[in-house]
Amino acid sequence: MNVVEISGVSKRFGSTTAVEGIELEIGEREFVSLIGPSGCGKSTLLRIIGDLIEPSGGKVVVNRKTARQARKDRDYGIVFQDPVLYDWRTVAKNVALPLEIARWPRQKRKVRVQKMLELVELTGFENHRPWQLSGGMQQRVSIARALSFDPALLLMDEPFGALDEMTRERLNMELLRIWAASGSTVVFVTHSISEAVFLSTQVVVMSPRPGRISEVVPIDLKQPRTATTREEPRFFELVTQVREALHLGHDLERAAPVITQQAEA
Amino acid sequence: MSSTAPVAVQPVPRGGLGKLVGHRLIDWLPAVIVLVGIVGLWQGLIVWLDVQQFLLPKPTAIASAFWTDKQELLHAGWYTFQEALGGFALGSGTAIVLAVVLARWRRLGAALMPYFIAANAIPIIAFAPITNQWFDGGLTKSSKIVIAAILCFFPVLVNTLRGLTSVRPQDLELMRSYAGGQTAIFRRVRIPNALPFIFTGLKVATVLAMIGAVVGEYFGGALNALGVLILARSRIFLFTQAWAGVFVACLFGLGLYIAVALVERIALRWMPSTSE
Ligand SMILES: Nc1ncnc2c1ncn2[C@@H]1O[C@H](COP(=O)(O)OP(=O)(O)O)[C@@H](O)[C@H]1O
Ligand SMILES: [Mg+2]
Repeated sequence: MNVVEISGVSKRFGSTTAVEGIELEIGEREFVSLIGPSGCGKSTLLRIIGDLIEPSGGKVVVNRKTARQARKDRDYGIVFQDPVLYDWRTVAKNVALPLEIARWPRQKRKVRVQKMLELVELTGFENHRPWQLSGGMQQRVSIARALSFDPALLLMDEPFGALDEMTRERLNMELLRIWAASGSTVVFVTHSISEAVFLSTQVVVMSPRPGRISEVVPIDLKQPRTATTREEPRFFELVTQVREALHLGHDLERAAPVITQQAEA
Repeated sequence: MSSTAPVAVQPVPRGGLGKLVGHRLIDWLPAVIVLVGIVGLWQGLIVWLDVQQFLLPKPTAIASAFWTDKQELLHAGWYTFQEALGGFALGSGTAIVLAVVLARWRRLGAALMPYFIAANAIPIIAFAPITNQWFDGGLTKSSKIVIAAILCFFPVLVNTLRGLTSVRPQDLELMRSYAGGQTAIFRRVRIPNALPFIFTGLKVATVLAMIGAVVGEYFGGALNALGVLILARSRIFLFTQAWAGVFVACLFGLGLYIAVALVERIALRWMPSTSE
């Protein structure tokens, strides 16, 4: 069963077309990365899936429901580029936010928050305020919050974009561990080719103006991914493949529209 | 992730009332020096320039006048303070509730806000002689409470509304992603976000409440009210005693301000700036 089915989706903001003609299916337990140059509509597509914005055209089905119904049913855990933590709440209370809204009983909430903080290795920081944590720790709080209510679908918009390379690679490993443990499906936006290849089961390459999907690259590296995955020859092949797909999308953009249509057909 | 030590972690701010009231004594030293300097300069200039008592009495004269009449003055001050406090509570409370309503139903807010802003420009204190007549000929506390309440109402309303509506879009988007309703959004985002703004409004209101009560009494009030007392003494040329009354008004006004500032420190402990 597909968790996400997108057909013919487009989105216009005034006169600019952010995305157009999007067709995408995401299966259960997949880890799908959206990659492309900035402005190609990655965030827009993610927001459409999460029903944070409405598409101008086309259809989005999530867990056999409309995106709106899926949101109302709390099927989404969203991690934004900024951690979006509330300063007036402690770390534990921030993680508990979706549970409070879903009216979990207090005791059950407490147990779950503890478990989530363990998962992102922030035990002992329950009573800290968000601003007392480093950027990487804040982002881990927001991941714990997104996972706390076992959402079927985890939507992540460049969650590690603002972090340094080392923190980023460490959080990549943690994310994979969490993904394996939680059994959720992930849609992950990034503009790092190696990050996309390392994390994903599929990489969706997008091209700009208007935002389109130019290629879907299946990633057949073996699971679980480890530190040595990045050193395998197959890893480099796939990185090259994604890079070429990105450049192809870029060249198409510059070429005449006739060629674009041919390539699509 | 045992390999990585947590980075840049400060201790959770804790501390009793002492910490909240603020700082060590030494931090207050510059302010105390300025106060002593100003009072000294005031005293010195009056002696040096030989200023007449009825124009401006010496601080020492005011202090001794206060000391002689302290019983009566503090009683009067307390009476007026009750009016100010009543007006402060009534005006601020109404303003906060109304701000939530206007923020919740934006159409209503858009329709009413221009009138509130226009009303804010009215010199409300000018109505004091009239409101005095509305309530028991101005002889009880009610009319002063109403004047103080109206004065407090606008700054609290405007500040609260600004706090409730100046929420970061991503904070709202997060609530949307969890399918949080309006009640959840107000309780968990808008109201906490508005708290610093509300306290800014409340602190302005404390000063206005005392002004409203005292000036209201200038147009008539109970015999043991501070404004009545100040007015009566300046009418019979007891200016130093009148000044002592003004000093008491300052004292009570400052007391209310400090009380609100203290509650603010406790309520906003979560803010990065207040717990350093
Ligand atoms: N709320 C908005 N209003 C107007 N234009 C927008 C809005 N959001 C995105 N866009 C435009 O849509 C295009 C795609 O944006 P976005 O999805 O943020 O790209 P990406 O995430 O890939 O960098 C850009 O041209 C951007 O300017
Ligand atoms: Mg983006």
